[in-house]
Amino acid sequence: MDFLFFFLFAFIAVACAVSVVVQKHPIASALSLVGVMASIAVLYLQLGAEFLAMAQIIVYAGAVMVLFIFVIMLLNAGAESRSGRSYAAQLMGPPLLVALMASLGFAIMRGFPGGGTVKFDSFQGGTAQNIGYALFTDYLLPFEVTSVLILVAILGAIVLARKEMD
Amino acid sequence: MEFIIITLIKLAVIAFVLLTALAYIQWVERKVIAHVQVRMGPSRVGPHGLLQPLADVVKLITKEGVMPPHANKFFYLAAPILAVFMALISISVIPFGTEFTVLGHRVMMQLTDLNVGVLFILAVSSMGVYGIALAGWASNNKYSLLGGLRSSAQMISYELPMSLALAAPLLIAGTLSLRGIVDSQAGYNLGFIPKWAIFTGPFPQIFSFIIFMIAAFAETNRIPFDLPEAENELVAGFHVEYSSMSFAAFFMAEYSNMVTVCSVATLLFLGGWHPLWPESMGSNFAAPLILAGAGAICLYHGLNPARPFDRFTLPAFAVIFFGLAGLMAFPPLVPVLTPLFWFLAKLSFLLFVFIWIRATLPRFRYDQLMSFAWKFLFPAALLNLLVTGFLVALVS
Repeated sequence: MDFLFFFLFAFIAVACAVSVVVQKHPIASALSLVGVMASIAVLYLQLGAEFLAMAQIIVYAGAVMVLFIFVIMLLNAGAESRSGRSYAAQLMGPPLLVALMASLGFAIMRGFPGGGTVKFDSFQGGTAQNIGYALFTDYLLPFEVTSVLILVAILGAIVLARKEMD
Repeated sequence: MEFIIITLIKLAVIAFVLLTALAYIQWVERKVIAHVQVRMGPSRVGPHGLLQPLADVVKLITKEGVMPPHANKFFYLAAPILAVFMALISISVIPFGTEFTVLGHRVMMQLTDLNVGVLFILAVSSMGVYGIALAGWASNNKYSLLGGLRSSAQMISYELPMSLALAAPLLIAGTLSLRGIVDSQAGYNLGFIPKWAIFTGPFPQIFSFIIFMIAAFAETNRIPFDLPEAENELVAGFHVEYSSMSFAAFFMAEYSNMVTVCSVATLLFLGGWHPLWPESMGSNFAAPLILAGAGAICLYHGLNPARPFDRFTLPAFAVIFFGLAGLMAFPPLVPVLTPLFWFLAKLSFLLFVFIWIRATLPRFRYDQLMSFAWKFLFPAALLNLLVTGFLVALVS
């Protein structure tokens, strides 16, 4: 049952990811990205990280992507037309992709040797209590630094927007 | 196997009851608004217009579904399905009552008890925006596009105060499971004040309850925040171009969202299925007494009819009410039906408040809506969460 769901949602995630690139219309691409986020959330859920799965849906599939779609609708972006493809891109694309994948795989195998296999439901620290405890004890400094970073980003956005208005 | 069979039975019962209730909430709404405005409301189809929802369903199914010529076909058809799917799915984590045993099987009055139930509802409701936004965009109509944009902006803005208001009672309950939250509100202070989140704790959650309800009106696109479908500006907003069953899907989604937010408010703030006063003071007798009282009123008016046909219809309602009262008083069923009664009573009261406000308040202006959310509701929710968190930390 677990394997069935894993392959189903892994397949949906990959198919949606391909669709993000292939779709011509920006709204269709953005919605495919929502599909990717949601199916990754299901994979988190299968590993036993319920809180992370729900946060993934609320933050990424919900808030972030709604803003993407909002902006696309506001700008009324139409379907994009294909530009003439360059020969070089067609020739070099597939081999470069394979090379990138291979080097990534190599780096991961080297960087994390003996990582062991992942099992369904083997992850135990996924409850809201665990994550809250970890965030406010071991990872307090990164957490606070990130919130200051976000605050700075908000202030920067407001400053830029005000400059436009004046 | 046993689990699957029980779940399927529960699923069938809940789906049937919910869909029927959605149709009849609309009947109640039309009747209540009519009586507020001193009108009769639906009264032609069946006694007191009770078959009106059925007639509406038949009308909507048999109507022609019109596809506007320049619409984006795929998204135009997908949007109502997405909206109604996201609206209906959140009922699966909402508990209605306690556990009971039937024929040796333990049955929970809930489809599934997630340990992140509250987050699940927030996640699903944040996905519900897509149905409306896509409907507005795919119809290729300037009014629906404006409605869709307004709706997504409004739902993003009000989701923040709503989530912050939800977080405060969670601090007191200490769990994210909806059943656990209700269990944490069992018992009574001083012997008679219920330990519901709005009455108890280090800090009574009455403010977050009010903030949550205000944000819930905006999340469900109801008056006074129904800007996405403001008739006098946008014809009908995001569903201008929809007809037949796809229109019905949006309608169902709106009412289903109403049921969901009212259930969440009941579970988090009003103690779920825990009665208003303790069992030792006879809260178990409230349900049969209220139903028997309703039956007696129907019988009295049936015997002194104001209109000729009341002579036949009202005694029939009286028999139904007396039957329900008897069922509620039947000793083996009391532990099962009494919690269900209290849950449904609170839920219906909140739904009535939704309808009441629709009949009473005018619509906000769009800039008022936004500045209200960001300049008042959001800081108020933040302050409430801060005070609650501080007091909870102080007490524990």
